[in-house]
Amino acid sequence: MSSPETQPGFLLLEDGTLFHGRYLGGAEPTVAEVVFTTSMTGYQETFTDPSYDGQIVVMTAPMIGNYGINADDPESARAQVSGIVVRELSPTFSNWRATGDLAGWLAQQRIPILTGIDTRALTRHLRSGGVLRGVLGAGELPGDAARAALEACPSMEGLDLASGISTGRSYAWGNPRAPFHIVAYDFGIKRNILRLFEASNCRVTVVPARTTAEAALALKPDGVFLSNGPGDPAAIAYAPATIRAIAAAKVPIFGICLGHQLLALSFGARTVKMPFGHRGGNHPVRELETGRILITAQNHGFAVEGSEAGIPGAPDLVATHVNCNDGTLEGLRHLALPVFGVQYHPEAAPGPHDARPLFPRYLKMVAEQAG
Amino acid sequence: MPRRNDIRKILVIGSGPIVIGQAAEFDYSGTQATKALKEEGYEVVLVNSNPATIMTDPEFADHTYVEPVTPEFVERIIAKERPDAVLPTMGGQTALNVALTLADSGALKAWGCELIGANARAIRVAEDRKLFGEAMAKIGLRCPEGRIATTWEEALEIAEFTGFPAIIRPAFTLGGSGGGVAYNRDEYEASVRRGLAESPISQVLIERSLIGWKEFELEVMRDCQDNVVIICSIENLDPMGVHTGDSITVAPAMTLSDREYQRMRDAAVAIIREIGVDAGGCNIQFAVNPADGELIVIEMNPRVSRSSALASKATGFPIARIGAKLAVGFRLDEIPNDITRTTPASFEPVLDYVVVKCPRFAFEKFPRASPVLTTQMKSVGESMAIGRTFKEAFQKGLRALETGRPGWAVAARLEDDRLKDGSIETLRGALRTPTPERIFQVKRAFLAGLTVAELHELTAIDPWFLAQMQELVEAERWYASLPATRADDLRRMKRLGFSDRQLAALRGETEGVVRERRWTLGVRPSYKMVDTCAGEFPSSTPYLYGCYDAESEAPRSGRRSVVILGSGPNRIGQGVEFDYCCVRAALALRQQGIETIMVNSNPETVSTDFDISDKLYFEPLTLEDVLEIVEREQPEGVIVQLGGQTPLKLTRPLEAAGVRILGTPPDAIDAAEDRRRFEGIARELGVAQPPNGTATALREALAVAERVGYPVLVRPSYVLGGRAMEIVYDAAQLTDYFAKAAIVSEDRPVLIDRFLEDAFEADVDAISDGTTVVIGGVMQHIEDAGIHSGDSACVLPPFLIGAEDQGVMRAHTEAFARRLGVVGLINAQYAIKDGTVYVLEVNPRASRTIPFISKAIGVPLASLAARVMTGESLAAVGFTEELVAPYVAVKEAVFPFNKFREFDPILGPEMRSTGEVMGIATDFGMAFAKAQLAAGNGLPLEGSVLFTVNDADKASVLPIASRFAAEGFRLLATAGTARHLEAHGIAVERVFKVHEGRPNGIDLIVNGEVHLLLNTPLGKHAQRDDYTMRQAAIAHRVPYTTTLSAASAACDAIAALRSGAPGVQSLQEWHAILRATPLATMGTAAGAP
Repeated sequence: MSSPETQPGFLLLEDGTLFHGRYLGGAEPTVAEVVFTTSMTGYQETFTDPSYDGQIVVMTAPMIGNYGINADDPESARAQVSGIVVRELSPTFSNWRATGDLAGWLAQQRIPILTGIDTRALTRHLRSGGVLRGVLGAGELPGDAARAALEACPSMEGLDLASGISTGRSYAWGNPRAPFHIVAYDFGIKRNILRLFEASNCRVTVVPARTTAEAALALKPDGVFLSNGPGDPAAIAYAPATIRAIAAAKVPIFGICLGHQLLALSFGARTVKMPFGHRGGNHPVRELETGRILITAQNHGFAVEGSEAGIPGAPDLVATHVNCNDGTLEGLRHLALPVFGVQYHPEAAPGPHDARPLFPRYLKMVAEQAG
Repeated sequence: MPRRNDIRKILVIGSGPIVIGQAAEFDYSGTQATKALKEEGYEVVLVNSNPATIMTDPEFADHTYVEPVTPEFVERIIAKERPDAVLPTMGGQTALNVALTLADSGALKAWGCELIGANARAIRVAEDRKLFGEAMAKIGLRCPEGRIATTWEEALEIAEFTGFPAIIRPAFTLGGSGGGVAYNRDEYEASVRRGLAESPISQVLIERSLIGWKEFELEVMRDCQDNVVIICSIENLDPMGVHTGDSITVAPAMTLSDREYQRMRDAAVAIIREIGVDAGGCNIQFAVNPADGELIVIEMNPRVSRSSALASKATGFPIARIGAKLAVGFRLDEIPNDITRTTPASFEPVLDYVVVKCPRFAFEKFPRASPVLTTQMKSVGESMAIGRTFKEAFQKGLRALETGRPGWAVAARLEDDRLKDGSIETLRGALRTPTPERIFQVKRAFLAGLTVAELHELTAIDPWFLAQMQELVEAERWYASLPATRADDLRRMKRLGFSDRQLAALRGETEGVVRERRWTLGVRPSYKMVDTCAGEFPSSTPYLYGCYDAESEAPRSGRRSVVILGSGPNRIGQGVEFDYCCVRAALALRQQGIETIMVNSNPETVSTDFDISDKLYFEPLTLEDVLEIVEREQPEGVIVQLGGQTPLKLTRPLEAAGVRILGTPPDAIDAAEDRRRFEGIARELGVAQPPNGTATALREALAVAERVGYPVLVRPSYVLGGRAMEIVYDAAQLTDYFAKAAIVSEDRPVLIDRFLEDAFEADVDAISDGTTVVIGGVMQHIEDAGIHSGDSACVLPPFLIGAEDQGVMRAHTEAFARRLGVVGLINAQYAIKDGTVYVLEVNPRASRTIPFISKAIGVPLASLAARVMTGESLAAVGFTEELVAPYVAVKEAVFPFNKFREFDPILGPEMRSTGEVMGIATDFGMAFAKAQLAAGNGLPLEGSVLFTVNDADKASVLPIASRFAAEGFRLLATAGTARHLEAHGIAVERVFKVHEGRPNGIDLIVNGEVHLLLNTPLGKHAQRDDYTMRQAAIAHRVPYTTTLSAASAACDAIAALRSGAPGVQSLQEWHAILRATPLATMGTAAGAP
C-alpha cells in the first residue's frame, strides 16, 4: 500500500484555464473532453464505463480510492476514461473485497490521474461555461506538444466513438438455456446490463454496433437491446435505419442512454449537445404515467430534444420520463410499437437501483410479444 | 398530492429540557417545522417546556405552550386548542412517547386528532424490538441476534444464548438510556435491571455483541406518494459498541464501495416502507462485518434525530423543514431545494467535501463517573467541521471542540490522555477500551511506532481511518524537520487541517509568528459553499466552510455587516440558551437591514441553520478561524457577548488584532472579571462584597482564606458553569483543591470569596444602551447560596425577597452597568444575608437566564441587545421600563445523574445540569409544580416522605415536616432527624440508616414505599449512607430534594396540585395579561407575598 511517486502535473482547458496538481501517468499528454461526475461512490465502475471513452473525468467527491479496487466491479474489460482528475487520491485502501489499490491499477491500465486539484473550482468552471476540451500532462506547465495536441483535439460533437469501442465480434452472455433471447447492440455496453438480463432469465447475444437488422433478426431475438455508449449519437449514421427495420419486425426494443438517443433519432427526433450534461447518481426523474420520482444514475452529454409536452419531429414517440431538475427528456416510447428507451441508467453500477424495475417491465413486453 | 386542506391547525410537540441524548437538535428541528408549517398557512400550536429554545419564542407558533411535555398536559392543550393534527416527529423520543400514549389511550381519537409525520403503528414497530425484528425478517434483512426480556429471570436464560459481551437495549428510551454492554454476569444483572427500570414498558432487548463491526447510518425521507430519498450516509469512526452520539462520525461514508452502499440504500428504502413512515424522515443504523460485508440492521428511528440535524448541516438539506412539509401532504418534487432554489427537494444531496462530527464530554464534572464509552450516550455536545478531505475536517472538528487541544494533538500530561504511565503496555491496554481520550491515545501510539495493523487490532477502528491519521503524524515529522518553511510547505500542512497553534508547537514558535508568516506568504484560507449538489447547480445560499483550496466563493457583499460569534459545542454551563441569544441577534439585525454573518461549529443548533443569518460560516471558534473570517468580511464589528465564554475568551485577542468589538468595551469585561479591578469598582459604588481575595499560588490562597475566614468559595477566573468551583471548609481541603484544579486556572488567578451560608441568592439581568439601563428581571434562587445559579431553581418575580432588597439590587445593577459602560446585556448575582445585599459577580454579557426572562416578560432581550450594540437607543427599540409580570415563572434545572450513576447527585457550586424547564402560573406553588413535572420530577400528592437531614438543617426542617403532615403524608425519618421531629411534637416512623439494619431507607425506596425523599448532604466525611439513598431514589425514579428550600417549594407545589388540576395557558395569553397590567413602580414590584 505504498503511495507511488507523483510529479508535478497540469490540466489546461481550451479556454486557457490552467490547473496545477500532482500527476501520475505516462509522459505523453492526454487530450479529451473534460467532464465531471457527482457520484460519491463507484469510481471503478465509472472508470471502466465505455460511455466515458474520450473523456477526462473530474470526480467531485474529494477522496477517491478509499476502498481500493476489486475484480467484481469493472463495467468492462478495461479502464475506458482518458484521464482522471481528483482532489485527493487515497494512498491506502480498506475493504474486504479489495484486491489492490487504485493508483497501481490505474498505472497498469495506463490511465493518467491528476491529484490535488481544486475540483470544485474546476467543476464550477465547467458548469458555468459548459464542458471544454483539455489536456492533461506532466510538468509545471504545458509544453508546445501539449498545446498542439489540445488544438488538434476534435469536438465531441459529430464524433462517432461508439462504433470504435463496440465489440469486434458477437459473443454470448448468460445461461444458454434461458427462455428469452436478447440481442444487444454494443455501442459501449456496461456489464451490469448483461448481468441484469441474465438475472431476468435471458441469454444475451452481444453484437457489434454495425450489425445489420437482417443479421440481428436472423438470430431470432425475443428482444433487441440498444446499449449505452460514448460520443455523439447523431454521428452514428447507420444506426437509425437498422433500428427502424428491427422495430418494423415488431421485435421489442429497449434502449439505454445512447441507445435511447438512437431510438429517438430513428423515429425523427433530434439530439443536442448539453452544456455540461448529467453525470452522477442523484438525478431525479419523474415517471409521467405515475408521477413517481426515481433517483437515477446518469452519464450523458447529449440529449433528445423534447419535454413533457412532446418530442419535436417524432410524432410516433411520446415522452415517458422527464428530469425534475431541468425538465429534459429522460424517457420515451413508441405509440404503436413495443419500443422504449430511457436516457438514464436503470442498471446503475454505480448508482441507485430505483429504476431497475424497467428490466422486468421490458421482459414482460418481450414475453407478451413472444408468447 | 399538494398541501392538505382538510387540516387547519397542527400541534407540534417539542422535546422538553435538554438532556444527554436529546439536546439542542430538537430546537433546530422544531423551529424549522413550525416555520415551515406557518409558511404554508397552518395555525400552529406548540408545546415545549424548555424556555431556552428559539421555537418557544412567541412569534414562531400561533399558540406557544411552555408546559410540561407529558401526556396529561398535552391532552389538556389538545382539549383547549382542538388541533386537527399532531406532529410528533420533531420532539425526539419524548414527543413520540407522548403521542403514542395519547394514541393508545384513545385521547387523540376522542379529540378528533390525527397523527401526521409518523403514525402510531410506525412508532410502535420501530421502537418495539420484537415487532421490529419481525418486520426486518419479513423484508429479508437481519437484525442482531437477540431476544426480548421483560424480567430478570428471562434475561438470565437469554444470556445462555448470547454469551458475553452482551448488549442491553431498553425499549422506548432516548440516547440508549439505561442500556449498556455487559462483559460479565454482574455487569449483566446491573444493566438488565436498570434497563427494565428505565424502559417505560419494562422491556429490554438483549443482543449478541457486534463489537468491532463497522457502523453506518442513513438518513431517509419518504413522501405520501412513496418517493424515497437518502439524504446522507454517515460512517462512524468508532466501531460498534460506542453509541453513535459518542462516536466521531464522518459524512459521507468513506469506506463503502458503490455495491455495498447501494445494498444499504436498498435496505433503507425497504425499511422505511415496511415500517410505514408515510410522510417524513427516519434514521437507520447498520452494522457491517468488516470481514465479509455482512449487513445487519441495528435500529430505526421514525423521526428527526441528532443524526438528522447533523445530516441537515452536513448536506444543506433541511430534513426537519422538508419533513414538516411532507407531513402535510406535499410531495418531495413539489418542494424546492432551499439552497439552489432552482431544483426540487426530490433528489439525493452529493457532497464535495468531508464532514466530521466530534463528541464533547463532561466527565470533568462527574469525576466518579465511568468514562468508558458504551451503547448509552454520555456526551453532552458536539462539534462539526467541514473540510475538503477527512484529515482536514478531522483536525478542524477536534479543535472546534474547544477543549484546549489545537487539533488532533496529544495532551501535555499523560493523565489528560487518560494514561497512568508512559509505558507501551499501558497504552495498548488503554487503546482496547473506548474512552473520550482514545483518539489521542491513537496518536501517542503512532508516535511510539505502532503500526496501522496493530492499532486496528487494538481499537477495531477501520484501517483506512488509521492510515489517514498516520499520514498526519508523518506530515508533522516532515514539517518539524524542515530547515525553513516556504509557502508551499505551509499550504501543504494547512490543507491537512493543521492549526497555526499546532504548526507553532511543531517548530517551537508562537501562534502569532506562524500567522504572521503565513499572511506574509499569502497562505490564506478560501471559503467554499455547501450547496447540496457538488457544484452542479448555482447556489444562492452562502453557507460556507474554510479550506486551503484555490477558489473562494460568496465574496464580501460590501453591505453594512456584523459578525456574530456563536457558542460552539454544547457543554454543561454553555448550552442552547446562548445559541438562543445569537439567533435572536441575527434575526433582529437582519430585520434592521444589516448583513448578519454567523460563525459557529455546533451542528445541533438553530444558529447554524443557513436560514437564520445572511451568511453562515461553519467554522471552529478559535482565534485563527475567526480572524480569517473577520479579515475577509471586514464587518462593522463583532458581537461577542451573546455566545457565552467561547466568544468572550476571544475578545481580548481579537481586539489586540484590531477587530472592533461591538457593544460593551472589552476592557469592561476585563474589569468585571479581574477581581482587584472589580473590588475597586464595587467599593467606589458602595456595593458590599463578601470578603475576598485572589491568589496565584497555594501559599497566597491559604493566607487569603485565613483572612476572609472559612468556609470559602474558590474558583478560577474566566470560567462558565462554575467549572472547578468549590466550597472549601478548611486548609487541607484548599490544598487539595489547588493540587486538582491547577489545570483549569491556566495563567489566571484563583478567586477566593467568603462563602455566605444560608443567604438568599438572586440574579438580575438588565440591558443598557450606554445611557439608559432597563432591568429585564430579578430572579430569586430557590436553592440556597452555594449552589450554582445554573443548577438552582429560580423564580421571577422573587417571592421571598422583600421589595427593599430588590430595589437595592436593581440600583446596584444599574450602577454597575453605567460604571462599566455596558452597551448590551449585563447580569449581576447577589446574596442577601442579614439585611445586607452583597454582590457576588457581575457579567457584562448575556446570561443563561436571558431566554427565560424574555419568555416570562414577552420581550426578546437578546434582540434588543443586538440592536443597541449596533447603535440604537433603548428608546428607539421601545424598551424603557422594567416589566414585572402579574404571574409567576419558575425555572428548574434538569440533571444527567441518571446517566452517571456512579456520581453522587448532590448540588454544589459547580454546575452539573444539562437543561432547564419553565413553569408559569398565577401562584408560586403551581408554577413550581409545573416546573417539577416538566423536569420529570413528578411530585406525589399523597404517600410517604422520608426525611434525613444534616444537623444544620434540623431546625429548618420542622415547619416543612409539619406542612407535609398537615397535607396527610406519612412521615418517615432516620434516627437523628426523627428524634428532632419527635422532640418538637411531630410524629414520625423511624427508618434504619443503611448501616443500622434492615429494612433500611434504601429497602423502602426500592420497594416503592417512599414517594418523596428529602435528604440534605451530611458533609464530606459522612457521605456513605445518604449517597446510596439518593442513588436509589434516582434508580427507582423517586423524586428527591437535597435542600430544604427546595423541599419547602415542593410542599407549596404539592398543596397547589392537591387544590386542583393545573390549567394550561399559552405564552401569547400570558403576555396579553402582562400587557394589560399597568407598569409596576420600580422597587415595589408585585410578587412578594
